[in-house]
Amino acid sequence: MINDIASWLLDPAHWTGPDGVPVRTGQHLWYSAISLLIASVIAVPAGLVIGHTGRGRVFVVNLAGAARAIPSLGLLFIMVLLLGPRLTGDAAFLWPSLVVLIVLAIPPILSGAYAGVEGVDPAARDAARGMGMTGWEVLRKVEVPCALPLVFSGVRSAALQVVATATIAAIAGLGGLGRFLIDGQAIRDFPQMASGALLVAALALLVDLAFAAVQRYAVSPGLTGRGAGAAGGRSSARGTRANAVPGHEEEVAVQRQAGKTEPQHGS
Amino acid sequence: MRTPRIAVGLGTAIALMSLAACGGSDNNNDVFATGSSSSSSSSGGGSSITVGSANFPESVLLANIYAGALKAKGVDVTTKLNIGSREAYIPALQDGSIDLIPEYTGVLAQYFDKSAKATDSEGVYKELQAALPAELTVLDKSAAEDKDSVAVTKATADKLQLKSIADLQGKSKDLVLGGPPEWKTRETGVPGLKKVYGLEFKSFRPLDAGGPLSVQALKNGQVDAANIFTTDPSIPANSFVVLEDPKSLFAAQNVVPLATKAKVNDTVSGALNAVSAKLDTKTLTDLLSQVVTDKKDPDAVAQEWLKSNGLGG
Amino acid sequence: MTWFLDHVQDVLDLAWQHVYLAGLPLVIGLLVALPLGWLARRHRALYTPFTAGFGLLYTIPSLALFILLPAILGTRILDRNNVLVAMTIYTVALLVRTVADALAAVPDDVNQAATAMGFTRARRFFAVELPLAVPVIAAGLRVAAVSNVSIVSVAAIIGIPQLGLLFTDGFARTFYDPIVVGIVACIVLALAFDLLILVLARALTPWQRAGAAS
Repeated sequence: MINDIASWLLDPAHWTGPDGVPVRTGQHLWYSAISLLIASVIAVPAGLVIGHTGRGRVFVVNLAGAARAIPSLGLLFIMVLLLGPRLTGDAAFLWPSLVVLIVLAIPPILSGAYAGVEGVDPAARDAARGMGMTGWEVLRKVEVPCALPLVFSGVRSAALQVVATATIAAIAGLGGLGRFLIDGQAIRDFPQMASGALLVAALALLVDLAFAAVQRYAVSPGLTGRGAGAAGGRSSARGTRANAVPGHEEEVAVQRQAGKTEPQHGS
Repeated sequence: MRTPRIAVGLGTAIALMSLAACGGSDNNNDVFATGSSSSSSSSGGGSSITVGSANFPESVLLANIYAGALKAKGVDVTTKLNIGSREAYIPALQDGSIDLIPEYTGVLAQYFDKSAKATDSEGVYKELQAALPAELTVLDKSAAEDKDSVAVTKATADKLQLKSIADLQGKSKDLVLGGPPEWKTRETGVPGLKKVYGLEFKSFRPLDAGGPLSVQALKNGQVDAANIFTTDPSIPANSFVVLEDPKSLFAAQNVVPLATKAKVNDTVSGALNAVSAKLDTKTLTDLLSQVVTDKKDPDAVAQEWLKSNGLGG
Repeated sequence: MTWFLDHVQDVLDLAWQHVYLAGLPLVIGLLVALPLGWLARRHRALYTPFTAGFGLLYTIPSLALFILLPAILGTRILDRNNVLVAMTIYTVALLVRTVADALAAVPDDVNQAATAMGFTRARRFFAVELPLAVPVIAAGLRVAAVSNVSIVSVAAIIGIPQLGLLFTDGFARTFYDPIVVGIVACIVLALAFDLLILVLARALTPWQRAGAAS
């Protein structure tokens, strides 16, 4: 089996042409990037505002939790049935898959954004107010930069989930690395399927490393040493570690904060 | 003490899981039956038979028909529907997970013998019987067929004057073909269209096996020609034109029960052969339309047909 | 929603299957992840390779795992155990990191106090570290549970009976009702798991509630 997979991957024919690995990888990244971008545009501002004003938090937390629970396959099928007939050309295939990926990406990004803003060191916030900054300036100049580690980690874990799940786009007639899975399954070509799976995992790893590198440069170095207010200053350090596990880092941060505040509010 | 508390917590979880495991037993998988399809039955008939199906509506319908006919003759039947593609259920047949499944002569012959050449009903059936592994057998084939096709919209047919696949010669270069993913490499797909009809299409778009993706893509113009299965109610519903196949690229696909030899006794073959005798393409198309278009339950549609043909219990 | 009312029993059967296929791996996955997470925390050098390595398992597409596992494990192709093994792998992938972080978050002074009181290492783990780690582990488990419910539905492509079959059937017939019912059922199931784990976690950590009263 391993030999078959190796020979499939080493076959130059599989790396050329419109069905080759490079083209499919490009498509895969394209779907992932677009959905991640749209999800970020929706979720990051929303999360920042919620974290800053503290309003609507409970509603949004529960909504994000419920959105995580939507099964991707079911959503994909409904979107194909709903949107397919109403769109023309390739958009009819593209948008159903994009919707699914966007819905998948929003919860982690949203969580990261508001957990990040909430976790900003209150001292820093007070200092900024003390310096005369308006609420908007506080958000822009202090809270957002301080929240960056968790926002980033939210986007990063969303990216991982999106790259891994973009394979189901092939079920709805799109391209991407999922095509190797679906086409391989259709003709019982296990080496093709296994190669496709490995390629997706490899791509996810590369995307994660890329995010890690960007994070190292984008996040202010002053943050990586200081805590972000939660349990013993762990959350910021976490932001710079290799994070190959999607989905729960910012959740954990939020849970910790929730755990900290609950006893004070009584139960 | 903390430890017992955690142990209790984990123990509860495991207990709940075991409950779920018992509740969701493997045997009772007849999902879309309105009645219960547990393995209760009166005496008579042979040992218990598990009827499987692939995961498209026609297969589920046929499996329900077979199951109903067997039950009417007193055979102990359980069903395992929606198994998936041939690659999943043929091994299931061979390892005993299922005993019987509705199949199509042409593709089945191809599956077991890649060099199978016949395209007419009788020839394909003979090749199939010869190609089957020792432990499997097919019963009588029915007249009902559900074949692959190359279908176009009425507008395309009118515009390009298309009646048969051969008419696509010279015009196919500007057309996008849609079909199941396996058509890219299968003998009856893109390579076959090239070899037998000399057709090269602008591109091939992998969709699904004659399912809603293909229908939608054909209807909305993302593909110009698509593989729509011939019993699909979407053909008359959308006025699709099924192009004729004068060179018989698409082999005959008669509906036939595929079973493990050991499970076939006189009662079983009698019941199923009676069904095959009464099943023809028009009937199958009508029944399928009730399931797909009218959204009726496959089990109910099967029962009604069996009853009205004196095959139901 | 007459379709649903006519098919309540079928939906419930499928839901039970789904609970089994998504839930059992949570328990097994947790049991597997506990020693792995403990190892990752105990030996600094192991932390990154463990969490990164196991985390990478999560990115393997589920359909591929469901189909390739029979070949690797030698199980029959329709065997539900393939799905169970695959889901356990995903659960472990998510939880190893959680467990490691949760154990690391236990305050050092508590550990030292336990050692000073004469707890052996094993007893300290089970009586002190693990209970204190419950909240964080529970948070990770909740995410794993929700993720599992969604991933299990993909197994419908190969015909494993669970709520995902409602999706494939509805899609094949262009029939919205089963798909909608399936989505709602999955969401309800995921939220039920979420709630159950939350309640269990609360029950296992009475000191957090006791703190509120004071």
